[in-house]
Amino acid sequence: MSANWVALAYLVASVFFILALKGLSSPESARRGNLFGMIGMLIAVATTLTLTQNWTLILGAIAVGGVIGAIVAQRVQMTAMPELVAFMHSLVGLAAVFIAVAAVNNPVSFGLPEVLPAGSKLELFLGTFIGAMTWSGSVIAFLKLSGRMSGTPVVFTGQHAINLLLAIAMVGFGLWFFFTETTNWTAFIAMTAIAFILGFLIIIPIGGADMPVVISMLNSYSGWAAAGIGFSLGNPMLIIAGSLVGSSGAILSYIMCKAMNRPFLSVILGGFGSDGGVAVADSGVQKTHRSGSADDAAFLMGNADSVIIVPGYGLAVARAQHAVKELAEKLHEKGVNVRFAIHPVAGRMPGHMNVLLAEAEIPYEQVLEMEEINSDFSNTDVVLVLGANDVVNPAANVPGSPIYGMPILDAHKARTVMVVKRSMAVGYAGLDNDLFYMDKTMMIFGDAKKVVENLVKAL
Amino acid sequence: MIGEVDPVIINLTVFVLAIFVGYHVVWNVTPALHTPLMSVTNAISGIILVGAMLAAGPAETDWGVWLGAAAVALAAINVFGGFLVSQRMLEMFKKKDKKGNA
Repeated sequence: MSANWVALAYLVASVFFILALKGLSSPESARRGNLFGMIGMLIAVATTLTLTQNWTLILGAIAVGGVIGAIVAQRVQMTAMPELVAFMHSLVGLAAVFIAVAAVNNPVSFGLPEVLPAGSKLELFLGTFIGAMTWSGSVIAFLKLSGRMSGTPVVFTGQHAINLLLAIAMVGFGLWFFFTETTNWTAFIAMTAIAFILGFLIIIPIGGADMPVVISMLNSYSGWAAAGIGFSLGNPMLIIAGSLVGSSGAILSYIMCKAMNRPFLSVILGGFGSDGGVAVADSGVQKTHRSGSADDAAFLMGNADSVIIVPGYGLAVARAQHAVKELAEKLHEKGVNVRFAIHPVAGRMPGHMNVLLAEAEIPYEQVLEMEEINSDFSNTDVVLVLGANDVVNPAANVPGSPIYGMPILDAHKARTVMVVKRSMAVGYAGLDNDLFYMDKTMMIFGDAKKVVENLVKAL
Repeated sequence: MIGEVDPVIINLTVFVLAIFVGYHVVWNVTPALHTPLMSVTNAISGIILVGAMLAAGPAETDWGVWLGAAAVALAAINVFGGFLVSQRMLEMFKKKDKKGNA
């Protein structure tokens, strides 16, 4: 195919990708959007195939990867989506590094001059280090999300100084690579190695509940890595698709930070609660909470007119989504108006709760976002908080509190609040939650799934 | 235009415009679908497959080609895994009209 036809085919594929994202504006059009994405990818791959010679090798590799991908997609539990997404980000990062190395090795095969010009070297440098950081950062995120590594922030003194030194060293080697006329492998390898280490170090101090930001950020990085490689190879397909993904991830990071009222930089610097801000004045007064049984709770809920369920990460951990669906159905049969309130950062990734509730076949009309439902809490009879903590902490309304200004679900305004929790332990922010000590609050201790099953039985 | 434009400038133009398109399209995505958005964008970033294919493309096989083939396999996991898991998730967001619980 001539270069012009290739470019036109890439344009068509790009339009399909844009339509794919556009489809996600509503659940009705989303499946068609996904189909458009597949068509776009097919066009891009088929077009590129005409530019290559090793068809057996390439198609074989696609088949191997495709089978693995299909099996993973089929088998993965919905509760494990955050890990899966982190895992896939890491693959993009690693592929970007491999391509950059191959391009440095043999520029001619990519249509680049035998001796790389300075501009291409700069672009390869960018693509490689973003790719390398995406890979190692995503691996850490994957280990943390899947529980193979503790979710608590890993902090040590001089952490930021070390990161800064490494970043400077990385740029230094990059410049050396950039200014050496011939191919400077030493500089290139050193730079890539430092980028890998930097990716690890940047993610380890970030704790569990900040994961929605991290995972969105890595999503964004994986796009920029693809775009960076696109610049190196002068390939508009990679640039367009990469930028679409990059801006998507950036927007998600922004939305997540906003929902936690935390500046992006402080999330990235990590170690929430370790920077001296934890010294929350404990009033010294022994606060008392009221605990109740599932039977009491079921009685109250069964007689209520309206119930709002606030799910959190605890629901995902306990895999309680199907039990919750039964509960909602039981209540609905009794004529109770049941709705779900979703905080943007509930769970470990953007939209995590929505997917779990959808899996349990809870109609999405009953699942409402924070802005849609927050004004309704004050005239709701019962709020059931399931494995959520910081997102319903009224301390967010108290000036001086570490989470002051964070938008929360106004669960405390409801007539009765029930909180299902394993213990009185504090949430991620390390803060006591006044909601648990209110007169109208009943604590139900236990695993979210068991408690909900007991509620269903009692109804 | 006077003279030939450096391809880098054209690429930069494409890049900036694509970011704007992405920005506006993604703001319209409903928050309920943010997880599928991530998995779809995951699949789309599998577009790196195109670069990997070019790396694996040359007829004379050296280690760079094998590295390219490895990258092809990695990117293919992303493409297939990403689109298929998105499809699986989006099926769940279908309207349920069988049971009268809406």
